[in-house]
Amino acid sequence: MNSYDAIVIGAGHNGLTNAAFLAKAGLKVVVLEKNDYIGGAAVSRELHKDWIYSNCSYVCSLLRPEIFQALDLARHGLQVTPYGGSVTFMRNGDYLGSYWDHEVAHREMARHSRHDADAYQRFAAETMRQTRFIRDFLLRTPPDPTSFRYRDIKELLAIGRRVLEMDEEAIYDTLRFWTMSIGDYLDEFFECDVIKASLAGSGIIGTALGPYSPGSAYVLLHHYMGEVDGNIGAWGFARGGMGGVSNAIASALQAFGGEIRKEAEVQQIIVRNGKAAGVALASGEEVSAPIVVSNLDVRRTFLNVMDEKDLDSRFLERVRNFHIRGSSGKLNIALDGLPTFPALPKGSSLMHSDMHFIDSLERIERAYDDWKNKTWSRDPYVDMLIPTLTDPTMAPPGKHFMSCFVQYCPPELDTGEWTDQDRDAFGKTVIDQISEYSPDFKDLILHVEIRTPRELEQEIGLTEGNIFQGELTMDQLMFNRPIPGFAQYRAPVKGLYMCSSSTHPGGGVMAAPGANAAREILADLKRPNTVPENFGDD
Amino acid sequence: MQARRIIVIGAGHNGLTCAAYLARGGYDVVVVEASDHVGGAADTREFADGFRVSGCAHYVYQLNQQVVQELGLQQHGLEYSARDLSTIALSPGEQRVTIGPGGLSGPVTERDRSGHQEFTRLTERFAGLLSRYLNQAPPRLANGTRKDRLTLARLGWDIRRLGRDDMRELLRVGAINIYDVLNEFFDSDLVKGAISLDAVLGTHMGPRSPNSVLTYLYRLAGNGVPRPGALALPRGGMGGIAAALERAARAAGVEIRSGTAVGRITVSHDRVSGVELTDGERLEAGLVVSSADPRTTVLSLLGARHCETGFVRRIHNLRCRGNAAKLHLALDGPPDFPGVGAPDLRHRLIFAPDMDYAERAFNPAKYGEYSTEPVMEIALPSMSDPSLAPEGKHVLSAIVQYAPYQLKAGWDDGQKQAFLDVALATLATVAPGIRDQIVAGELLTPADIEARYRISGGHWHHGELSLDQFMFVRPVPGATQYALPVDGLFLCGAGAHPGGGITGTPGRIAAQVIVEGGAA
Repeated sequence: MNSYDAIVIGAGHNGLTNAAFLAKAGLKVVVLEKNDYIGGAAVSRELHKDWIYSNCSYVCSLLRPEIFQALDLARHGLQVTPYGGSVTFMRNGDYLGSYWDHEVAHREMARHSRHDADAYQRFAAETMRQTRFIRDFLLRTPPDPTSFRYRDIKELLAIGRRVLEMDEEAIYDTLRFWTMSIGDYLDEFFECDVIKASLAGSGIIGTALGPYSPGSAYVLLHHYMGEVDGNIGAWGFARGGMGGVSNAIASALQAFGGEIRKEAEVQQIIVRNGKAAGVALASGEEVSAPIVVSNLDVRRTFLNVMDEKDLDSRFLERVRNFHIRGSSGKLNIALDGLPTFPALPKGSSLMHSDMHFIDSLERIERAYDDWKNKTWSRDPYVDMLIPTLTDPTMAPPGKHFMSCFVQYCPPELDTGEWTDQDRDAFGKTVIDQISEYSPDFKDLILHVEIRTPRELEQEIGLTEGNIFQGELTMDQLMFNRPIPGFAQYRAPVKGLYMCSSSTHPGGGVMAAPGANAAREILADLKRPNTVPENFGDD
Repeated sequence: MQARRIIVIGAGHNGLTCAAYLARGGYDVVVVEASDHVGGAADTREFADGFRVSGCAHYVYQLNQQVVQELGLQQHGLEYSARDLSTIALSPGEQRVTIGPGGLSGPVTERDRSGHQEFTRLTERFAGLLSRYLNQAPPRLANGTRKDRLTLARLGWDIRRLGRDDMRELLRVGAINIYDVLNEFFDSDLVKGAISLDAVLGTHMGPRSPNSVLTYLYRLAGNGVPRPGALALPRGGMGGIAAALERAARAAGVEIRSGTAVGRITVSHDRVSGVELTDGERLEAGLVVSSADPRTTVLSLLGARHCETGFVRRIHNLRCRGNAAKLHLALDGPPDFPGVGAPDLRHRLIFAPDMDYAERAFNPAKYGEYSTEPVMEIALPSMSDPSLAPEGKHVLSAIVQYAPYQLKAGWDDGQKQAFLDVALATLATVAPGIRDQIVAGELLTPADIEARYRISGGHWHHGELSLDQFMFVRPVPGATQYALPVDGLFLCGAGAHPGGGITGTPGRIAAQVIVEGGAA
């Protein structure tokens, strides 16, 4: 029988990160993955011959630089190429571009609204302040506010001090920011529809909230707090697709002596005498270890691969009430050539950027209403990119790969479960929307992979296809994530830990949950810490 | 000589409350009211010959009991025609569920019954905690006085004292939506629909909007008697409360000048010097306390030039656009709501058959359209107070949501008529014969409420009640402790902490702040 110091369930980027830090500390670790490929949602796959798709997550920014350095990911082959800007196409034939160059960005915005171009300075400063504030807590374990332990009180006081370092007005602004909607927040700065629409996307991507749902301003931070090469808020492409991130972490793990086993689906976490003892695989094989770390979301961990009798009923009730809501879908498209967008000037750099096709908050909010009514958005918010313009390795010469993230897409339709016909109709909705702005687009399509929450759940185990493994609402953030009282990565069974995006600080290819969980495990084992922990310094 | 003189702008229930406390605190107080009667949005109006209703707010459930006792409102004539009312949830069919002091009755499951007990225990506990902090000035989070720091420390301690489980539950549900929470406790669509309406009544939120648990707790936190959130109807309509407050204020020595509109607040040497009336008359005073909403107070009466740009921007951004319309009907006989026995018609009736219905009713409001299938809170006050209608006849008073203040099409007569038709059609689904009984009626949109009651946006909270405009940040940073940035000028209306509803609390705390601060 195979025996290890620690078993990590799921070779997504958090599971791999967790295992890498444990292996670095000298533990004998194995990562068990049900698929025949690793990466979970940070994956590159050849689903159409000669094309590499980042078929789930598609851009890289949030990956913590501390982790990048601690695991020496550059040496393990991870290369992130920054890209800049975005474009929002308008129904009237015009567009709004956004650029890294401040002067150009200002001029473009002023073309739509002089007032808003000026207001953008204030907006950027205010948003950056909130971003800096939240970044401080990413690589730290949240304190339990109900506890009287020294460590929790110390951490609460540290947070308190962090808050009081701001001036009084800034504290109130922070309080408001955390509780308001991205729509209301933008309304305070801007007057122009398309400018608001172009900025609102980050407040809703991945969540089942509309731009006017309170709390969505916070979601914005989840897309702003990343950095590439020290540029806060920057986004980049991992060379070779998002699998490049997972492969580099896996390589680091293996360099530290860790093991990865593919096609090893865990069926049951074995608990003996109230302690985790190992796992049983679908093949019937048992793997034993005193430490089991689950990179599955909390619902899957406690409801699918555990025995109810090993858990307290109140805890299970809270697990059932944990909100994981599917709200998005994805289209991956192989293109015979580069589509043209007549609204853009010839040779525009905006072709390299995120493209959007919805030009007002009202349209985005209505897209959300469709989700509430259990249909996919008829006029969706699409975040579209052509990564091959930046990284030509993903398609044959002259050909292109296009990634379309689509919101909103419900986990279940009013007609019931998703069918293949529904899936295709959903894909057509997205393709039709893009075609309105690119007449030659349809003719260039060689292959389309359409992913609804159904496919995301079946393939890589994202419950309801939720990319954050749990909604980013106040009831599920910080010390509430995933479940009040269990925010410190420990499950209620001794030796069992959680390291998925269901835990603090949440989803995105950040790797912070995996790293934080490793730090807690090493502390319990009284081993030297291998995981960076800091209030982020700028 | 004018130093101890205070002018209170507006004789709404908060203005009167504040004036009464200030006079008892030794000030020489004049209340200036634009309309010819007192009460503001707490009034009773005769909308048809012999038919009277509460013109705006129609139920009392949050009235501050300290205000009642300290000002002796009962000695000054405050009476209720009905107390401790139940809520009856109506469905388009004849299914009815009663949510009353004793629990649920009607077609509900065992889980509904036990869920209701636990939900009530939990929300009343949280509301009880909240009410302590709603009944005092919110502490400053930084740069505060010793008292502020003590209050913050006590708040932390009180939350801890809830015990581990309840504290976790408070921190979890505090900022989420009522939709998810009710699904955790109940099966019955009718019960969930009715309770969710309590969370969103008078706001720009649907049951699925995060923060809507807060508004529900706020509703319960107004230390009503005999229990939190207990519903009552004042005798003679809401004007009955205003009348008692007026008597209490006059007894304390307050002078009330109605039919006198303030044109502007005058400032000299960076300090208020009084007010100038619309007829040009000037009244001098050492302090001015405004029960008008913050936007009106700062932008219309004071003038933006007296404040810093940043502060003015915050006032400008204060969200205060109402969504609730008010429907008043004069009926030539007792109405018939199938499934509700005649004696039960004195209770509160709710039409929000399920939470998704309520959410769908909210959707159009986001786009400046009114609900074509609205939710309603219906009162038949003449059932318990026959003085409100001629003998044998009745009045119906309903809050109809959602009717956004900024209707894209504009609230012209055509739009109003169309929305009235929608409201009557909805009413007819639960009271099929009612149209034939109507002898007179009126519909007040938020635009009408703005014009009639001089509330910006026609919002009964004088500013949306939402976490980002609550407690430490209400109405806006820089004015959270009642004092505005111009010396000698204070807020005392619903726009200030803790917010709207017939409470008297903002008026009471504002007076305390002024008296304790020895401001003059």
